[in-house]
Amino acid sequence: MSASIESLVNKEYAYGFVSDIDADTIPKGLNEDVVRLISAKKNEPAWLLEWRLKAYRRWTTMTEPHWANITYTPVDYQNLRYYSAPKSVKPLQSLDEVDPELLKVYGKLGISLNEQKRMSGVAVDAIFDSVSVGTTMKEELSKHGVIFCSFTEAVHNHPELVQRFLGSVVPYSDNFFAALNSAVFSDGSFCYVPKGVKCPIELSTYFRINAAETGQFERTLIVADEGASVSYLEGCTAPKRDENQLHAAVVEIIALDDANVKYSTVQNWYAGDKEGVGGIYNFVTKRGKAMTNAKISWTQVETGSAITWKYPSVILQGDNSTGEFYSVAVVNNKQQADTGTKMIHIGKNTKSTIISKGISAGQGQNSYRGQVKVLPKAENARNYTQCDSMLVGNKCGAHTFPYIEVGNNTATLEHEASTSKIGEDQIFYCKARGLSAENAISLIVSGFCKEVFKELPMEFALEAQQLLGITLEGSVG
Amino acid sequence: MSTYADAFAAGPNAAWLPELRKSAFDRFTALGFPTTRNEDWHFTSVTKIAERVFKPVKAGKNTLSTHDVEQLAGGESDWHRLVFVNGKFEKSLSNFAELPAEVTVATLQETLKESPEFVAERLGKLASFDAHPFTALNTAFAQDGVVIHVPRGVVVDAPLQIVHICDEKAAGASVHPRLLVVAEALSQFTIVENYVAVGTPSYFVNAVAEVEVGNGAIVNHYKVQRESTEAFHVGTVQVTQGKDSVYHSFSFATGAALSRTNVYTRMLGEGAEAKLNGLYLMDGTQHADHQTFVEHIAPNCASRELYKGILDGTSHGVFNGKVYVDPQAQKTDGKQTNHALLLSEGSRVDTKPQLEIFADDVKCTHGATVGKLDQVGLFYMKSRGINAESARALLTYAFAAEVLETIELDALRVQLEAHVFEHFVRQSQE
Repeated sequence: MSASIESLVNKEYAYGFVSDIDADTIPKGLNEDVVRLISAKKNEPAWLLEWRLKAYRRWTTMTEPHWANITYTPVDYQNLRYYSAPKSVKPLQSLDEVDPELLKVYGKLGISLNEQKRMSGVAVDAIFDSVSVGTTMKEELSKHGVIFCSFTEAVHNHPELVQRFLGSVVPYSDNFFAALNSAVFSDGSFCYVPKGVKCPIELSTYFRINAAETGQFERTLIVADEGASVSYLEGCTAPKRDENQLHAAVVEIIALDDANVKYSTVQNWYAGDKEGVGGIYNFVTKRGKAMTNAKISWTQVETGSAITWKYPSVILQGDNSTGEFYSVAVVNNKQQADTGTKMIHIGKNTKSTIISKGISAGQGQNSYRGQVKVLPKAENARNYTQCDSMLVGNKCGAHTFPYIEVGNNTATLEHEASTSKIGEDQIFYCKARGLSAENAISLIVSGFCKEVFKELPMEFALEAQQLLGITLEGSVG
Repeated sequence: MSTYADAFAAGPNAAWLPELRKSAFDRFTALGFPTTRNEDWHFTSVTKIAERVFKPVKAGKNTLSTHDVEQLAGGESDWHRLVFVNGKFEKSLSNFAELPAEVTVATLQETLKESPEFVAERLGKLASFDAHPFTALNTAFAQDGVVIHVPRGVVVDAPLQIVHICDEKAAGASVHPRLLVVAEALSQFTIVENYVAVGTPSYFVNAVAEVEVGNGAIVNHYKVQRESTEAFHVGTVQVTQGKDSVYHSFSFATGAALSRTNVYTRMLGEGAEAKLNGLYLMDGTQHADHQTFVEHIAPNCASRELYKGILDGTSHGVFNGKVYVDPQAQKTDGKQTNHALLLSEGSRVDTKPQLEIFADDVKCTHGATVGKLDQVGLFYMKSRGINAESARALLTYAFAAEVLETIELDALRVQLEAHVFEHFVRQSQE
């Protein structure tokens, strides 16, 4: 292993710092009072509190799901803090009012809000320990009638929209983690693109967990009204801690007739150390509903988290709707990922595409779990699925669990999956052309993931490729 | 469940291997019939089997002739044949005297008398009933079956045919046939199992086979399931394979209202090869579920799977194939393919091809497709003057023929091809 690789291998998780910011936290544990307290702290209307309480009551009757191909130390839900917010958060008028400490943090993360605002034309809503701290480019967006703000703001300023769409795709009773999120979610992003509007800039949310023993439960709701289109990006990091932290988010996307929503994530939560100590438990429910002629596209690059349990799905409700899922999931050391998608074909002439690339290294375990379901009324449904896995080293595992359920004979479905070792002949060829082994591997892996990376917006694609390099290098020797 | 307890207590053969049967019955009682909450039974509900009370077959005199058997099961005159009618061995219909002297083929009942230790050492050793309620049920209730023992290096040229026939006397009854096969090193032979019916009685066949394929041995195992369309069929084949062995399984299914066919193989020796193929044709309200599990335990093994289904009416097909690669099983080469053709509006298929891979230097792929007949192909044939019905029949037959071609036993292939051809051509002319 060359010196540069050595240094990369031992490279610290760059985002593992803890920021010393005064936080407003509540005692550990979860009960109805905690739910009421969170709601009160956020000054929420009664209907939302009622909804949270319904979710909480349902959650108490549910059991944690264990069907996924992952093992982890059980989460003690009573030993978590369900609310933590940087103290300085007040309704912000402009970025100048943001705590300079916070701005410094974002500087470290490489997403200086000011920079973002001026240079990149990306509007960022940064969620720090569950509370949204600043949304940029708001004016620019409001000119087009696009609402992009924190969830809390949306509850206060656009209650009719929130009430209409909240829980319409992921009901509070959907699953254990979604119910938990519905009960205690603290903030998140809200986005509404009005009829016929093409959102002029890409919207972005940055999530960060800072405080210890805190769960992060953000809730994102994206609504694209008839004929609207929007591209939304999400990034995440967390500090290095020895204990596991829980992240149970819910993302709902509604694409009304002729709307187009593209959602991209680069997930880089702290993955734990080489021995598997610490790291984020990432139990996320993401789902979109596409109405007539609408299109929802999920692109994800999963490199972080100790445990990933995530199945971004599309309900193809309307005729001629389209669902896409592009995923790269990388596991190294003792990471485990059980991720995939669900495509539910309900409308006629619905189309879905699934491209999943899994890379397992170290002692990582990577599972693709996906469902393609064609209901009896879904005439002429079409699905193409491709899941490829690459194994690097002999202690890792790659697993594929596709469920293909077809109830209509006009449907056409294709599924292919392959698992193989990184090609020795390809490495040999690259070396013969003067590339080092490390560069050859990096090149081959980039090529392996190319179909997914090309779906990512430019700056994310670069970040993703770098992340992939850092996650993998060191597993090859 | 209590009806099974009564039946077990009254079992006529309670004398043999009582401990094994008792523990199997206890296990069955503990497990109960699987529900669709059980991941392995997610798409197949066995409520229809669980709710019925199947009694033992009433004793009666066999009325079938050798000619009837030939009509029902096919086969050539030189095949070694064992015939069971309603679960009972019929010596007069069977003929396996021409077998090489060193080969032992006998009924389970007979072997239990002649060499009980041979059975005691092997029965239930491969087909574990810990997690398989139907295997437990068979182990507890099996009354008879076949034991095949081919010693080292012996090659049996003509196939061994085992025919299970059920007729009206089996209506409302259950039969639990058992098959124990020991293929010692370098032996070679072919087994053909036929499950057929006279008329359309409603009964329940729950078969279990254990096949031990020794080092360098070659076993071809064909199963033709053409039960009554009112019947229920659950069949499990559990195989272990030694070094450089070859096990080839072919499962053909057109019968039963509800059927479940499990083929499980464990490749324990290096260089083993498994070929698991199958074809099912379903119509009406039939339900067919095929499960395969290939365990690559040793390095350098290869597995090939090709399953095809043709579904008409409101029939329902299920395929669940799993390939497991152990951390030690480097250089594994696995390929699994599953295609389903939906001919009618109400037909349905659920397929779940799975890979579980723990070794890195492997090449494993699976592919699955579901669809209707190729419209371009149909158009082409019509433009060449072939009428729509014939074009459909030909394309459907061609879809099936690809997998039938993998049958190496010529006589059987010809018979099944004719059967499939007749099935579709007849339909196209209706």
